[in-house]
Amino acid sequence: MENQGCSCAPINEEDLYPKIEEIINQHRGNQNALIMVLHKAQNLFGYLPGRVQEMVSLGLGVPLSEVYGVATFYAFFSMVPKGRHEIKVCLGTACYVRGGQKIVEYLEKGLGVRVGDTTKDRRFSLNEVRCVGACSLAPAVLVNDDVYAQVDPAKVDEILVKYE
Amino acid sequence: MVTLTIDGQKVQVEEGTTILEAARKVNVRIPTLCYLPEVQAIGACRVCLVEVEGNRNLQPACVFPASEGLVVHTNNLRVRRARKFSVEMIVSDHPMDDCLTCPRNQKCELQKLADDLGIREVKFTGEKSGGQIDDLSPSIVRDQTKCILCRRCVTVCKEVQTVSAIYTQGRGFKTRVEPAFGRSLNDVSCTLCGQCILVCPVGAITEKENIEEVWHAIFDPSKFVVIQDAPAVRAALGEEFGYPPGTLVTGKMLAAVRRLGFNRVFDTNFAADLTIIEEGSELLKRIREGGVLPMITSCSPGWIKFIEHFYPDLLPHLSTCKSPHQMLGALTKTYYAEKAGIDPRDIVVVSVMPCTAKKFECSRPEMAGSGYRDVDYVITTRELAKMIRQAGIDFAGLENGYYDDPLGEYTGAATIFGATGGVMEAALRTACEVATGKTLENLDFQAVRGLDGIKEAVVPVDGIGNVKVAVAHGLGNARKIMERIKDGTADYHFIEIMCCPGGCVSGGGQPVPVNDEIRRLRAQALYQEDKNLKIRKSHENPSIKRIYEEFLGQPLGEKSHHLLHTKYTARGRF
Amino acid sequence: MKSWRAQVLVCAGAGCVSSGCRKIRDAIVAGVENHGLKQEVKVIETGCIGSCNLGPLVLINPEGVLYQKLTPEDARDIVAEHLAGGKLVERLLYKDPLTGRPVARLEEIDFFKYQQKIVLRNCGLIDPMNIEEYVAREGYQALHKVLTSMTPEKVVDEIIDSGLRGRGGAGFSTGLKWKFARQAQGALKYVVCNADEGDPGAFMDRSVLEGDPHSVIEAMAIAGYTIGSSQGYVYIRAEYPLAIERLEWAIRQARERKYLGRNIFGTGFDFDVEIRIGAGAFVCGEETALLTSIEGRRGEPRPRPPFPAVKGLFGFPTLINNVETYANIPAIILKGAQWFASFGTEKSKGTKVFALAGSVINTGLVEVPMGTTLRDLVFKIGGGIMDKKQFKAAQTGGPSGGCIPAEHLDIPIDYESLTRIGAIVGSGGLIITDENTCIVDFARFFMDFTQSESCGKCPPCRIGTKRILEILIRITQGRGREDDIDRLVELCNNIKDTALCGLGQTAPNPVLTTIKYFRDEYLEHINDKHCRAGVCRRLKKQAAVKIS
Ligand SMILES: Cc1cc2nc3c(=O)[nH]c(=O)nc-3n(C[C@H](O)[C@H](O)[C@H](O)COP(=O)(O)O)c2cc1C
Ligand code: SF4
Ligand code: SF4
Ligand code: SF4
Ligand code: SF4
Ligand code: SF4
Ligand code: SF4
Ligand code: SF4
Ligand code: SF4
Ligand code: FES
Ligand code: FES
Ligand code: FES
Repeated sequence: MENQGCSCAPINEEDLYPKIEEIINQHRGNQNALIMVLHKAQNLFGYLPGRVQEMVSLGLGVPLSEVYGVATFYAFFSMVPKGRHEIKVCLGTACYVRGGQKIVEYLEKGLGVRVGDTTKDRRFSLNEVRCVGACSLAPAVLVNDDVYAQVDPAKVDEILVKYE
Repeated sequence: MVTLTIDGQKVQVEEGTTILEAARKVNVRIPTLCYLPEVQAIGACRVCLVEVEGNRNLQPACVFPASEGLVVHTNNLRVRRARKFSVEMIVSDHPMDDCLTCPRNQKCELQKLADDLGIREVKFTGEKSGGQIDDLSPSIVRDQTKCILCRRCVTVCKEVQTVSAIYTQGRGFKTRVEPAFGRSLNDVSCTLCGQCILVCPVGAITEKENIEEVWHAIFDPSKFVVIQDAPAVRAALGEEFGYPPGTLVTGKMLAAVRRLGFNRVFDTNFAADLTIIEEGSELLKRIREGGVLPMITSCSPGWIKFIEHFYPDLLPHLSTCKSPHQMLGALTKTYYAEKAGIDPRDIVVVSVMPCTAKKFECSRPEMAGSGYRDVDYVITTRELAKMIRQAGIDFAGLENGYYDDPLGEYTGAATIFGATGGVMEAALRTACEVATGKTLENLDFQAVRGLDGIKEAVVPVDGIGNVKVAVAHGLGNARKIMERIKDGTADYHFIEIMCCPGGCVSGGGQPVPVNDEIRRLRAQALYQEDKNLKIRKSHENPSIKRIYEEFLGQPLGEKSHHLLHTKYTARGRF
Repeated sequence: MKSWRAQVLVCAGAGCVSSGCRKIRDAIVAGVENHGLKQEVKVIETGCIGSCNLGPLVLINPEGVLYQKLTPEDARDIVAEHLAGGKLVERLLYKDPLTGRPVARLEEIDFFKYQQKIVLRNCGLIDPMNIEEYVAREGYQALHKVLTSMTPEKVVDEIIDSGLRGRGGAGFSTGLKWKFARQAQGALKYVVCNADEGDPGAFMDRSVLEGDPHSVIEAMAIAGYTIGSSQGYVYIRAEYPLAIERLEWAIRQARERKYLGRNIFGTGFDFDVEIRIGAGAFVCGEETALLTSIEGRRGEPRPRPPFPAVKGLFGFPTLINNVETYANIPAIILKGAQWFASFGTEKSKGTKVFALAGSVINTGLVEVPMGTTLRDLVFKIGGGIMDKKQFKAAQTGGPSGGCIPAEHLDIPIDYESLTRIGAIVGSGGLIITDENTCIVDFARFFMDFTQSESCGKCPPCRIGTKRILEILIRITQGRGREDDIDRLVELCNNIKDTALCGLGQTAPNPVLTTIKYFRDEYLEHINDKHCRAGVCRRLKKQAAVKIS
């Protein structure tokens, strides 16, 4: 599980633990806050390190197996560190019909990774999403929070140069 | 009350009763798989589907509530096809070539269902969801390839035992039931209680078998193989041979194990009596000298592992007594070895236990006070039954056997150890008499019997005052008591805790199925044996008296400390 | 209120944001300032105007002139020529696809002409970040009316009489649902808004929340009053950051103005709304799964009964409705049940918002009366198929829905009619395909989706959808077997009948309808190893692979 491409964590990960501790403290003992806290943890770390899941388990009073059960149920949560930029190609119906799959294939080839993986230099992670609501402008590609509409393979490189 | 119609028959039930239960009243048995009375009703497996008029979809009988005027069909072509399909789907993701080598062969609910529903071909084939086999723990093997995701184990572990060692992970076709991060049960805070085994309908969770090792010891001429059995075993073993639950088969069991080739047959009960003496002395000492109270029993290794993981701060509350079979093992390799003139190195002690946690317990490094492992192998009641079958012994036809001296003599007090409240009752019988010097009129402490989760009693004991005691069984109830100790509201002197709901009679190594009715019947068998015995108080066991005279000296003495007492290890939460 | 000579509405819906509308707005604002028009011209950022494929776009009121596909230079020209100079900028106007002639006014454009806006009454007209604009268009009047002059029973009756049915997919009578939630006993009750919108290819709810969030908040408060609840939750998918932001903003504003909080309108009624964000699971749109997810757990559905109205969030009676359902409510309260019921068909009242996407010329958000035919949607509003291709099929209701072939183009879109032909209205996703789409691959696509989104709880769905997918993959790879179609139909029918929740029960629909209407295409794949669309690459092609 840990050996996806590269396992070097960002150097400052240690600094993030006090922050997540603080967030957990705001919800201490509140089992219903689990997903909310995992969202915040993932925002902070970019993924959900095992240690964070243990802290969440203790802090909210949710058994670890259940924290992990929730983390593995929702596609949004990741157990592996991501690249500096996350590319998400929409493969919702509209985008699929309008050629989203070709963009995926183009990116897989161009970046030399499969969907779900991160490039060796950790610049990009490549993922699929199912609809970001820009269907009328299909196919759509997200890089981090930026939505690119009516993308075709030819446009892809142009988009990616903006992200270092 | 409401009236509904099931397959044309009118039936009256309380509103909200499930269709499944209502149907039983008119002698209709709807097949189930994920449903587990008293534990789980989640409507997941789709095996119990029935047609409810006015509902577009078929409905799961296990959760659908009865209401006035419902018209239900439990056996028409649509229902038959649907049920069959649900099972066909499970079958299509199941290792169908494994039945012959499966520990659950012939006792498997999936096998039975497939047969009952008339499944005669594996119609839909394709990729299997697979999974791993986890056999790292000394007690339990989990084979995910056979797991049908009914979640009965998840619910029992979370809701009943409040351990949540395992949970549903992932989703869709790759959904699995396993610990966090795909870890082994051995690497998480699992208590190894085996309650998950009892509820698993298939062979996905089983005990780690030690049958072969035991056979090898038996047939090794250089070994002197001693077997001991826990009280709960005799109240359940019969079920493996077709006797109704609650049949006491002590005599036949003893004859059978002797035929298997064991050199000596001792009784864990002997050590249970010993436990009462040692533990009772410890309690009196703590009360008199201001030691840590409440003191809690320590004879249930699942419970021990639980407190080590979840309440390590409270470990000083535990009695330092080993569990009875470990005591007996230690004495076999010292006292008995000496007496019989056998080199303890050549003795192999095999414990037959209702318990999977004891497989782990006997491998704990501290369980070797004599310099040798107290107990070499623990096998479960189910494993013993398998050995008896393997040896071709006609169980029903056996004459009654007997225990060997001197570690085979026991009292009624020891026998009831196998049911929740039993240890407490045995302790009270002795405590009352020893402390006061007077003979007890009524030996039956009803307040601590039965299946209430937490039982309490106040017993006036001359010279000490009112002794407040509590009994909890099942780790969920244990947890409640622990929380009360933590917040200072548990003003008891003595607490009995058993890891398994109902106590050892329904331990993780006992025959399946187990439910509250069966728990009650098995406990009843033990109380019956107690009633029938001449000696019913531990301190009156002549062999116990003798062993103190000949060997141990006095309770809590030097030898006892070495051989009969132990220490505990704080373990991580995860 | 100040009156403006002109208002420039710059669409800032998520579609237009991705087309770069922020730069357009900046250019217009700068231009207005440069030309000294600040006192006369107001620039407003709105939610989705509807025709997202024309974005970035601006609408200039009161003339109602639409300029499309703008660059910042274009924007400067609009200020100079139109706003300052009073002349239309013809080159930036919409061109009718048939005649090629420019059409200036929005309401003359076919795409808008045939629409009837109830749900989207404010969308694209007001600034969603400014509560005043909502209030100016009768916002929170319905809540006021309800709180001051209507009993809860009266509200229930009004909604029942309106004939409004749930827009989340199942089409259950909204009024009845409110009635049950009102009748249920509970120490607490909750009002929940389902904004999960998991159907890929659908963006109606997103647009409503981005363009007119207060309409949903107001409706939830009305629901709270009606059923006796003082707490609402909006469960919204994490993929919609803009909608989340605007909704958060709107809730804050509503609290400040005391449309939410304690003692609303001095009537003693308390109500507040919180947001819960999903985490990427389609099944969480299913109501019981959604509630479990709000509780912070794995979003697995459970059997009903008990229905949420009886035992829902945290075990208390809970009313759960879809975004669009709620958005209808204030209009019904203010204008009356009869008015609402005058739209639509006998059994399907009101309008329906569709997210029109795929191979039509005009994609975007459209709202039409129930009963509008598919043909009108595709050809009049959608402007027909792109690149002069042939219409092949329309998929309504996304992965739970069905595929409608050309022979049914004249079907009126309402709950009963679509169910009759094996499709569903669904939440409003409407994907149009042309001959470049392989129908078997299309079915495979949907099954791939539902299979990967199955929660895994019940065997028919967890394993059954996998078996269907395996067969479909086999067929698209040229390894189809003679009895595969029979196997598929058997699997599909059984899964529909045995699965626990709507996901599994409807997952077979795309497969069943494509088999029903395009059996020959399946047979071509299986027997002739031939894919007429050229999509299945391991099969013989006819035309070159070309997906525009
Ligand atoms: C798999 C599945 C996904 C669903 N997704 C949504 C959704 O995204 N949004 C929605 O409003 N309803 C969705 N529904 C329907 C809801 O379960 C529920 O019927 C609806 O929210 C009720 O609101 P309504 O009565 O206003 O339609 C879904 C149902 C299923 C079975
Ligand atoms: S529906 Fe589920 S819980 Fe009910 S009887 Fe069937 S398997 Fe058991
Ligand atoms: S679990 Fe049951 S069906 Fe499966 S291999 Fe074992 S005996 Fe056979
Ligand atoms: S049950 Fe059938 S398959 Fe199994 S061993 Fe007997 S004959 Fe073979
Ligand atoms: S052995 Fe006990 S604690 Fe461990 S997983 Fe099974 S039920 Fe849970
Ligand atoms: S291990 Fe057994 S009890 Fe647990 S989910 Fe799997 S089949 Fe059910
Ligand atoms: S604790 Fe259980 S296994 Fe141990 S001696 Fe008592 S009854 Fe037997
Ligand atoms: S209660 Fe008995 S069977 Fe259960 S873990 Fe304890 S000793 Fe073992
Ligand atoms: S039908 Fe599918 S999504 Fe619904 S409960 Fe069953 S497995 Fe889960
Ligand atoms: S399908 Fe891609 S954005 Fe909706
Ligand atoms: S027994 Fe009812 S669904 Fe499993
Ligand atoms: S987002 Fe601007 S028109 Fe739809």
